[in-house]
Amino acid sequence: MIYDLIIIGAGPAGITASIYAARKKMDILVITKDVGGQAAWSGDIENYTGYQFITGPELVDKFQEHMQKFDIKLKENEEVIELRRKDNLILVKTDKGAYETESVIIASGKRSKELSVPGEKEFKNRGLTYCATCDGPLFAGKDVAVIGAGNSALDAALQLIKIARHIYIINITSALDGDSIMRQKVESTQNITVLNNTQVTAVVGEKMVSGIKIKEKGKEKLLSVQGVFVEIGLMPNSEFAKDIQKNERQEIKVSSQNATNIPGVFAAGDVTDVPEKQIIVAAGEGAKACLSAFRYLAQLK
Amino acid sequence: MAKQVKIYSTPTCPFCIRAKQFLKDNNVAFEDMDVSVNQAAAEEMIRKSGQMGVPVLDIDGELIVGFDKEKIKQALAL
Repeated sequence: MIYDLIIIGAGPAGITASIYAARKKMDILVITKDVGGQAAWSGDIENYTGYQFITGPELVDKFQEHMQKFDIKLKENEEVIELRRKDNLILVKTDKGAYETESVIIASGKRSKELSVPGEKEFKNRGLTYCATCDGPLFAGKDVAVIGAGNSALDAALQLIKIARHIYIINITSALDGDSIMRQKVESTQNITVLNNTQVTAVVGEKMVSGIKIKEKGKEKLLSVQGVFVEIGLMPNSEFAKDIQKNERQEIKVSSQNATNIPGVFAAGDVTDVPEKQIIVAAGEGAKACLSAFRYLAQLK
Repeated sequence: MAKQVKIYSTPTCPFCIRAKQFLKDNNVAFEDMDVSVNQAAAEEMIRKSGQMGVPVLDIDGELIVGFDKEKIKQALAL
């Protein structure tokens, strides 16, 4: 079968696009690793119009409820590995199958950047985590390292001050980044030590993390910690879109109509070069992308 | 007989919240072990699952790490 539209991703952009598409009675399929995307990991949200206060999981539940009102075909736990144009159709290959469609919206979002050092994969969830909000409480009374120097790293460190015994912030640059209010808080907190110009070279341990190897001015040493929080930013899930133009951050370049360089392929939300990465922006971009795809299909017929 | 369901969680973890909501939506009774305050439960979770990520579900002795809806459904025969 040939779909009118395949939407890749089910965060705020993908879900909104799917609701618009369902209301346009388009024949669609949503393929996604998970529902909610980064929004599901958000803590408190106070800037989504209509909700003065809502948590990430609650907002995602509302999105999902809205999507389920329509009979939308959804493939969860499925990952797109290849996307290419073949004659007048677009071929979407996943880890579980292959599909054909007239148009596509890429709304695959972003994920946590990895350190890419030895031990990282091995010790994931064995002391190494990408979510301080989730796993922080498990490090009560322990010494931990937060890797990174931006807002998310500072936020993670500040969340940990009441939980962990001592926190080391490992920063590869010469000074902390992030908002000045947070920097000041970090710098005035007794149980935080900031190590600038320092690079993590390995995560070590037996069953669980027991330390990290760090390198400062060419000198390598072992820092004993039981927890490692990786907060070095995000990267777009755009690897599968090989023929699509991207910027230097690997974000998909889109026009104001959400078109990419390939006819029939649109993109929306955090995976694109849209200037602001916000839930409400992603949702709006999803709506725009769907309407553009709808117009594109109308012109084909 | 209803299965014994335990969930090891923290109050701030989004996927713990969603996992608990999922159980509630399906009328599954469960015991919530808050590992952010209950140190013994935290150690029990780490010992049983060999890892430190939450949530962990214990469904009649079957361990499920993370909010894996399909596995939870299977374990509970939903």
